[in-house]
Amino acid sequence: MKFLHLVWASLFRRKTRTVLTLVSIIAAFLLFGLLDAVRTSFAQAGQSANGAARLQTGSKLSFIQTLPLSLHAQIGKVDGVKNATYANWFGGAYQDPHNQVFSFAVPPNYLDLYPEVAVSEAERKAFVETRTGALVGETLAKRFNWKVGDRVPLQSQIFPDKQGSKNWQFDIVGILHSTDKKTGGFFDQMFLLNWKYFDDTTPYKQGTVGWYVTRVVDVNQADRVAKAIDALSANSDHETRTQTEQAATASWMKQLADIGLIVGSIMGAVFFTLLLLSGNTMMQAVRERTSEIAVLKTIGFSGRSVLAMVLAESVLLLVLGGLVGIGLATLVIPAVSAGSGGMLNLPSVGASSWALGVTLMVLIGVLVGLLPALSAMRLNIVDALARR
Amino acid sequence: MANLIEIRDLSKVYERGRQKVEVLHHVDLAVEQGDFLALMGPSGSGKTTLLNLIGGLDLPSGGSISVGGERIDRLKPGALAKWRAAKVGFVFQFYNLMPMLSAQRNVELPLLLTKLSASDRKKRASIALQLVGLADRASHKPAELSGGQQQRVSIARAIVSDPALLVCDEPTGDLDRQSAEDVLGLLRALNRDHGKTIVMVTHDPKAAEYANHTLHLDKGTLVEQTVAA
Repeated sequence: MKFLHLVWASLFRRKTRTVLTLVSIIAAFLLFGLLDAVRTSFAQAGQSANGAARLQTGSKLSFIQTLPLSLHAQIGKVDGVKNATYANWFGGAYQDPHNQVFSFAVPPNYLDLYPEVAVSEAERKAFVETRTGALVGETLAKRFNWKVGDRVPLQSQIFPDKQGSKNWQFDIVGILHSTDKKTGGFFDQMFLLNWKYFDDTTPYKQGTVGWYVTRVVDVNQADRVAKAIDALSANSDHETRTQTEQAATASWMKQLADIGLIVGSIMGAVFFTLLLLSGNTMMQAVRERTSEIAVLKTIGFSGRSVLAMVLAESVLLLVLGGLVGIGLATLVIPAVSAGSGGMLNLPSVGASSWALGVTLMVLIGVLVGLLPALSAMRLNIVDALARR
Repeated sequence: MANLIEIRDLSKVYERGRQKVEVLHHVDLAVEQGDFLALMGPSGSGKTTLLNLIGGLDLPSGGSISVGGERIDRLKPGALAKWRAAKVGFVFQFYNLMPMLSAQRNVELPLLLTKLSASDRKKRASIALQLVGLADRASHKPAELSGGQQQRVSIARAIVSDPALLVCDEPTGDLDRQSAEDVLGLLRALNRDHGKTIVMVTHDPKAAEYANHTLHLDKGTLVEQTVAA
């Protein structure tokens, strides 16, 4: 610690250069914090206690292939199944195709399988009794300023009605509230419409469903139940693949994009650039201090202590910038989530992200400082003092 | 008076590419404890090389150097660094202060290698600055000081750990006449009043007059000795 003032003073010897390098490091770690939140958000999707007890059954071929409704009754009879429901992706947008709405056509028992979604009995009854009724998540309702009693138009990106129009009308009869905001934020953005109305209205793929959702009696029996459900359609033209909700969500997201790979690639490129940038700063900083380092060695600082001081300087540079960067990310993430109107529900920077971030700071700091530190350690005093 | 420095058959050869340049040839020298010795000679005569070897900054190619009875030519780099920290103070022509540190912090630098507490380090540095007449400039950075003041800070840094030996390489080479005389007067006071043994390289005959003896080097050999009147 007694060398800290010396390390600090050396670091800020060229204030402008150090501040500019710090800004780059802050930007890199701010990006790290944000992208890690995105990655965590995707990784956490479907991870909940209730989710662990649910299985999703979709077509083995692709998630856009539908399954016959007749499977519903058969799945309900599989040993270990508590209850089963189904859903169709509606693909609605409100007013503008960019205003995508997570809309699903579901039967009356759908919410029985989702105890983490709260809705009043009266609203649920109204949903069942109103052919064009819709239940909307509270975040979604807030986003478009919808309230119970409103009639809202949605344009399906996929399904037309029998006249060929993709414009559908719905009557909002209730508001959905997720009881666990951390894992269930998605439900607050959902738009549920009656499957019967949907199936009667669209001429396409009638009598089929997008996927089934099953709640098992015993979580430990989930694998066996999944195999039994898939056995129902084995060797048919609609073979199924049943997975846990978490695996299904991950698989579905992977079909959209491999978020982990994308985030990893971006961060890899950012940190590689940072490595070159801060490495250059450290090389310059040490090169222009050649005679000062020679003086330190002259008055008795050993090669190792000089090595340690240069390494400490580069680690300090990275840690300073990194902590500010991730600190900023913790402030920015809630603002991004709020600003997205509920479309994004990013988790705040958690302990594991902080730990990973600090490890990266130290690692990059050591890598960046190693070459200049070694050259400082090996510096020949006589040559350096003679400015050779 | 016993010898502080004993040099026997000292040689130094530098390799510049494929060429070998013998800078010092079989030099023998003894410096008494408490002496003030000036080394003079033309450029390339080997005086700075000899000073570097006495100060333990470089190792000889042949011969031996004992300082205070210790064969420093046999010490390994780590031990030599510790020896320098404890036994030698260095004064350079261009002061070589850390530009980002205050005078006080510059003087404290050698004490960072000791086990002294922060308050003791501060106290000692203050005394050293007082000794060189710069107590009121403790918080100033080198750029805020004149050349003579900077050199006095560098002398305070050299004496702060109370070494027996001071090696000075052209300490007045970058100073005006008045500042040079102040610095030389200070060195003489350190020699006479505090018993410091001083070896000083200089080109300036007037500076050499402050020393007790002057040795002349030419082409790596001691050629003449002058004793102060």
